[in-house]
Amino acid sequence: MGISNPYDDIPGTFVFDVERARRGYHLNMFCMSLMKPENREEFKADQRATLDKWPMTEAQKQVILDRDWNGMLEQGGNIYFTAKIAATDGLSFQQIAAMMSGVPQPVYAKMMLDGGRPVEGNRSKSEWENNG
Amino acid sequence: MARITAGIASSHVPAIGAALDNGKSGEPYWKPIFDGYAHAKEWIAKEKPDVCIVVYNDHASTFSLDIIPTFAIGCADEFGIADEGWGPRPIPKVKGHPELAWHIAQSAVQDEFDMTIVNRLDVDHGLTVPLSLMFGQPEEWPCPIIPVCVNVVVYPVPTGNRCYMLGKAIRKAVESFDKDLKIVIFGTGGMSHQLQGKRAGLINQEFDKHFLDNLTKDPIALTKIPHLEYLVESGSEGIEMVMWLIMRGALNDEIDETHRFYHVPASNCAVGHIILENRR
Repeated sequence: MGISNPYDDIPGTFVFDVERARRGYHLNMFCMSLMKPENREEFKADQRATLDKWPMTEAQKQVILDRDWNGMLEQGGNIYFTAKIAATDGLSFQQIAAMMSGVPQPVYAKMMLDGGRPVEGNRSKSEWENNG
Repeated sequence: MARITAGIASSHVPAIGAALDNGKSGEPYWKPIFDGYAHAKEWIAKEKPDVCIVVYNDHASTFSLDIIPTFAIGCADEFGIADEGWGPRPIPKVKGHPELAWHIAQSAVQDEFDMTIVNRLDVDHGLTVPLSLMFGQPEEWPCPIIPVCVNVVVYPVPTGNRCYMLGKAIRKAVESFDKDLKIVIFGTGGMSHQLQGKRAGLINQEFDKHFLDNLTKDPIALTKIPHLEYLVESGSEGIEMVMWLIMRGALNDEIDETHRFYHVPASNCAVGHIILENRR
């Protein structure tokens, strides 16, 4: 598949564009429901049954059950919405950021203390491919 | 006549609010950040604005995917504090200024900025963290607040130029309000940060510094930065910086930068803060 949008070449990034917002509507609205304590309790008690009440695709339900944070974004989730699942699990924003970037949280925290992830080498997918 | 005397820009990292609320502001990780705002706290206590207009974005707190206003203005008497999943922050409710807010809405719409008028709005960390940084932990906020809420979460988000022009429309509205009010406008969010995906944690100090410099030197250049450049260079959430351009647009063309603070990191974010004053 060719690159259809210029931003698709940014590595490791899911821009919440019209396509994802459309596909992810129900997934994100499920996340929104977790703002109410009673819904958080219901979800924690029976995750599958709660998800089955929402008209999501099976793939969308599965990434939530697997807590595949990048997978959720790929399936149309938006980070501010999926963060509500993290809050329900008692995870901080930095903890899920570490999980999404694929390193343990202390490693991620150290990277941030050292000035964050540099933009050099992280602008395009080809840079990532070249660096393995 | 009402007038805007100054603009404040500030990041609105939620963890900063949590640090303050949990009594951690003196810890080594957080202290440099709170120290960086000490001057601004003194400055605003002397400036004593009658009203603050705070430009911020909602983070799936009041606005879900059901209704997504590009530009919204809070016209209510009072705004609740959003529960963002960890319970509402233990801070005072935010009092509005309905008379001026409705006036701005009317003037802006007549000026072809079709603002969404909002009367029920719980404000989240986007608005409350800058208030805490500027005013500390008072029993009551020292002045009424008018929230201006911008969609920078769901694309399409507004361009930097559109934001800058909205700032000009807000200034025009304020200056046609028939009461002698002194107003400070806040632009919040940023600076470079990325909260999502494998590239999470991206920081670009060079981009940020250039942005801070050009707020005074060449804001028009900033209005021309395309969305793609924010995404690539400042991280996917760096796009919040377009909100600073609303603040900038509401000021005079010629301004003085009277304070600047920049710090990395706060959680996943670069913290930027600046005071820009209209010449008097």
